[in-house]
Amino acid sequence: MTVESIVRPYGDTTGDGRVQVSFTLPVPSVAADDRAIAEGAALQLAGKMGLDPAMVVHTKAVGPDFTFFIVYGRVSHLVDLSQVTVTPREYELLSPAEVNLRIRSALGRKLVVVGATVGTDAHTVGIDAILNVKGHAGEKGLEYYREIRVVNLGAQVAVPDLVSRSLAEQADAVLVSQVVTQRDAHLSNAREVGTAFGDAPRRPLLIVGGPRFDPSAAAELGVDKIFGKGTTPGEVASYLAHAVAGSAA
Amino acid sequence: MSGKLNLDPSKVALARELARTAGEPITRLAQTHTTVSIERAVLRMAGLDGADADGMPWVNRVVDAVRESVGLEHGVALPAWDAMVRCGYPDLRTLAEQTGQGHAKFRLPAGADAELARGAGDRAVERGVAVIDAQRQARSRMIAETAEPRTPLIYLIVATGDIYEDIPQAQAAAREGADIIAVIRSTGQSLLDYVPEGATREGYAGTYATRENFRLMRAALDETSRELGRYVRLTNYASGLCMPEIATLAGLERLDMMLNDCMYGIIFRDINPVRTFIDQRFSRAVHARAGIVINTGEDNYLTTADAVDAAHTVIVSQLLNEYFGREAGLATWQLGLGHAFEINPAVPDSFLLELAHAQLVRELFPGAPLKYMPPTKHMTGNVFAGYLLDAFFNLCGFMTDQSILLVGMMTEGIHTPFLSDRDLALENVRYVRDAAGQLGLSFQPSAAVTGRAHQVLDEALGLLRRIEGEGLLNAIADGTFGVTKRPPDGGRGLDGVIERAAGYHNPVEEAFR
Repeated sequence: MTVESIVRPYGDTTGDGRVQVSFTLPVPSVAADDRAIAEGAALQLAGKMGLDPAMVVHTKAVGPDFTFFIVYGRVSHLVDLSQVTVTPREYELLSPAEVNLRIRSALGRKLVVVGATVGTDAHTVGIDAILNVKGHAGEKGLEYYREIRVVNLGAQVAVPDLVSRSLAEQADAVLVSQVVTQRDAHLSNAREVGTAFGDAPRRPLLIVGGPRFDPSAAAELGVDKIFGKGTTPGEVASYLAHAVAGSAA
Repeated sequence: MSGKLNLDPSKVALARELARTAGEPITRLAQTHTTVSIERAVLRMAGLDGADADGMPWVNRVVDAVRESVGLEHGVALPAWDAMVRCGYPDLRTLAEQTGQGHAKFRLPAGADAELARGAGDRAVERGVAVIDAQRQARSRMIAETAEPRTPLIYLIVATGDIYEDIPQAQAAAREGADIIAVIRSTGQSLLDYVPEGATREGYAGTYATRENFRLMRAALDETSRELGRYVRLTNYASGLCMPEIATLAGLERLDMMLNDCMYGIIFRDINPVRTFIDQRFSRAVHARAGIVINTGEDNYLTTADAVDAAHTVIVSQLLNEYFGREAGLATWQLGLGHAFEINPAVPDSFLLELAHAQLVRELFPGAPLKYMPPTKHMTGNVFAGYLLDAFFNLCGFMTDQSILLVGMMTEGIHTPFLSDRDLALENVRYVRDAAGQLGLSFQPSAAVTGRAHQVLDEALGLLRRIEGEGLLNAIADGTFGVTKRPPDGGRGLDGVIERAAGYHNPVEEAFR
């Protein structure tokens, strides 16, 4: 069966284009007159978003100055599947045993991973979820892998310290987790890591992770790999095995 | 023991006894050591505020200078007030400025000089303690004039980074139904070895805890409390390297609750375990005096460990927090022990397990204002399913008579809550409260629920026995809590720990006696 290249949202009938959105406007709606104006404002926004016709199904005053809306409508936009681009996963997902096997046959020793959060970011939850034995999302962390040696430097490590510790530990890979994104701190910190290792004599794999990174921006930030929201330890381990052992190993 | 779970009273007593045994060596450690932050808290209690031109607080300057010249083994008070008396400085600020310019010289006074210094220091600190006492009375008066909200108290968070944005948001949240406002701190403040000064408008994912920010927010909430006829409580964080100082500032500025866990900083912020336990004891003594309710952080264990497998670690930590809290002088009504609704919803009977855990905590700590935290780990981005999960959390909270309900957000893990997220979350709480707030009265747990509660208590006893055998510091080093290994000589802040000499004098501890 061939898939149509042009699609619309599906409510309950092919091509009906029906969607639901919710938003708040800074307009009052406690009084009946105000409410009518508020709903008109919501319809206007829905129209400009491409919803035609649109129907305000829920209007709720949030305090004296704001109103929350739920709107259903038919979008006029078309989705062209032939124009969709995705970055394919360049490595296959492996079991811990397969990861261990690949590392052992490729390196003949343990793979060394140094992890940290850098800058002012004190949130170790991400790096710990990937590194701690306990892991995340039902997968054990990298400490669980027999052929991986983990050095977790914890929170708020200065980038020069990260570089010197990584060289001292002869790290094969450096994992940097960034949760805080105010004023794009995660991006500037990632760039700083990329730059700092740029001159190192034996540059480890630089891997950055955090909920607000764009996984396709690795080159831009000067790192080798970016993991976004929802990454599991198994994905990171599989990538490491792929990167050090190659996909053919 | 009465209650729905028919817990074996001898097991409960044994659990408390084992927690005491595990905690006592730590208490001795705290009694025989001080830290730079405890000594800075002494100066803060005596009224030393402000910072030098570089923004470094004067309390840090003075304590560092005393440490360099005569050491802190006898405490900061004797050398500091000896210099005050000897040089005739009119106030601590002058002493600090003279210290900053390198003019003040410190020595360890002896004989009559020591008595003079001791008397001057004690009097200065007593004035600060009197401010804390007055603030405690002011709180009682405010509550009497307005009204005590019904329980559970509804706890909402603000965290813009800018105190002047936080204030209207906090006031709006209170008007929407919040009984407690928590101002999340800027990330990383826990690892600063000083307390920033003044009103702050920039923070990372939160707002700095400063004395002026405390004062501004408390004043705003006083205004809102009068407007609403309901006392709105203010919460901040006495944790991290400056725990004793922040506790002191909280008492002086009438904060009502403080996050103050015995192990959180160790496990989750890699702060040195010894430093943490010593600072913790002093900060809890301040909270006890100030009538502040502490909130402990056991919910955090369940964000890194599995909520079923690690349920007993929550109980063990609560028992330790209870022991340390009581030992430091806190009354039962001040022990806001924490726990959370974090079981994977895909687990069969997950809600029954949550009921078992929450009811167990309720029955183990009958008089404590338990703080119940909403799901975070299994909030997937499906806001509709998340809203349902939050409703079940609310239901469990009402059914098991929790005291403080942190309001769950359907957008947890996506962004800082929208105005509408908070409004919908409060609508959820109101619906469950109005529809099923009395359900606890007609709820009798089944054998599955009581069996699970008994199992968790047994597992907690097993872990407490292990800790008794190897020692609490070793257990923490082994990764017993939160699955993170934290050795006693690792982490930040150990260099700020000083063993007390025979003549050690701390006027705050004297005033609390």
